[in-house]
Amino acid sequence: MRAVKRGRQSNRAIFGPLVLIALASLSGLVIALTGDGARDATAWLGLAVPVAAAAWAAWARPS
Amino acid sequence: MTQRAIRGWFLVHKWTSLICTLFLLMLCLTGLPLIFHDELDTLAAPGGRDPALRIVPVGSSAEAPFLRPLDTMLAGALARRPVGEVPLFMAFDNERTLMTITTGPTPDAPAADMTLQSFDRASGRPVALASDDGVMHFLLQLHTDMFLGLPGMLFLGAMGLSFAAALVSGVILYAPFMRKLPFGTVRASRSRRIKWLDYHNLLGAVTLAWALVVGLTGVVNTLATPINQLWQRNELAAMTRAYAGREALPPSRYGSLDRAMAAARAAIPGYNPQFIAFPGGAFSSKHHYAVFFQGSTPLTQRMLTVALIDAERATVTAVAPMPWYGHALALSQPLHFGDYGGLPLKILWALLTAMTIAVLGSGIYLWISRSHGRASTAAQVREIETGAALVEVE
Repeated sequence: MRAVKRGRQSNRAIFGPLVLIALASLSGLVIALTGDGARDATAWLGLAVPVAAAAWAAWARPS
Repeated sequence: MTQRAIRGWFLVHKWTSLICTLFLLMLCLTGLPLIFHDELDTLAAPGGRDPALRIVPVGSSAEAPFLRPLDTMLAGALARRPVGEVPLFMAFDNERTLMTITTGPTPDAPAADMTLQSFDRASGRPVALASDDGVMHFLLQLHTDMFLGLPGMLFLGAMGLSFAAALVSGVILYAPFMRKLPFGTVRASRSRRIKWLDYHNLLGAVTLAWALVVGLTGVVNTLATPINQLWQRNELAAMTRAYAGREALPPSRYGSLDRAMAAARAAIPGYNPQFIAFPGGAFSSKHHYAVFFQGSTPLTQRMLTVALIDAERATVTAVAPMPWYGHALALSQPLHFGDYGGLPLKILWALLTAMTIAVLGSGIYLWISRSHGRASTAAQVREIETGAALVEVE
């Protein structure tokens, strides 16, 4: 089983992806407040990150 | 993390989740259609997007020359209501010529007795908007206070706090659970419980920031009434101290709105009026028109500044930005509703809501299917500790 062979992960390794996803989400939430047009489009990208991460895990990786 | 700590956080997660889950499910399910209320209202009553409504070229619905005077609009609205009704609110759409006028039997009429009418300020004609008794209105009431008024609102606020505690304890438990699992692990070929445990962790983790923001801004929104009361008791009372003790101004002595608005605009140029609160209601004193202005940039649009105008004489008596808690409430609204960044943002909001529903549903499933009741807390703590690698009994 691949998961067990990798051994114990540090907190940094565990929370790294979560922090990146959280930062992308929060930037999206705030950027959309500051204007329309390009800022809205940037916000969509930011908030698409958590959705894309879940879709990637659910469809590309089931083991 | 020690086994004791995991056990403690597990119990916090379990109980804060159990307290709020059913209400959160209701909030997610009613919230989903509410995200698209603009689009759905337009389908139900196309009048709201009447192409005859002109775009206001100056970015404000109060100055363009082809717009009718506010006094004319108000007289027209009152003429359509029973004799004796008084004006309560007037609100503006600063992009189009649409405006709403709210009237009621008395200056301090409760919301249930208020009547809202919409008008095109270019033609002076009423505009049909989605009615107040439709499905969307029902969903909004259920979502806001479950038809229980202020106690219902505050109760849902408490559920929001419980939800936030469940999110925080959940992410703390994520660390020991994922110790030996790479990010994104979904063991779909293992037992149903392990599959849903993985989905619960994955979806809860990726939606964490969004769910915390929507949850906590929802809590702030449940405090709207106390926040407004606080403002009225402190800031507003201080701004109208010179009028304290005077008898309420009767509606028959209200002066011209257009003169009042001109005076306010002269006092704070460059701002657009969002709404006017008439004397005697929850947003003004007993003697003033309170005009709530918004800045003209997207950032300052939600930061309201109030101008108080002596309703009889049309003189500006005070101008002040809302206090920090007023700004916090104003910013909490878009961040909770997700209606501030176009349709793609709403679609993402809906997807994130659906993912939250999956987290809540899988949480209920994990609680029901817990280790067949035998030493269940200890078994679940071991499950978290090992990433569910060892405790699969079947």
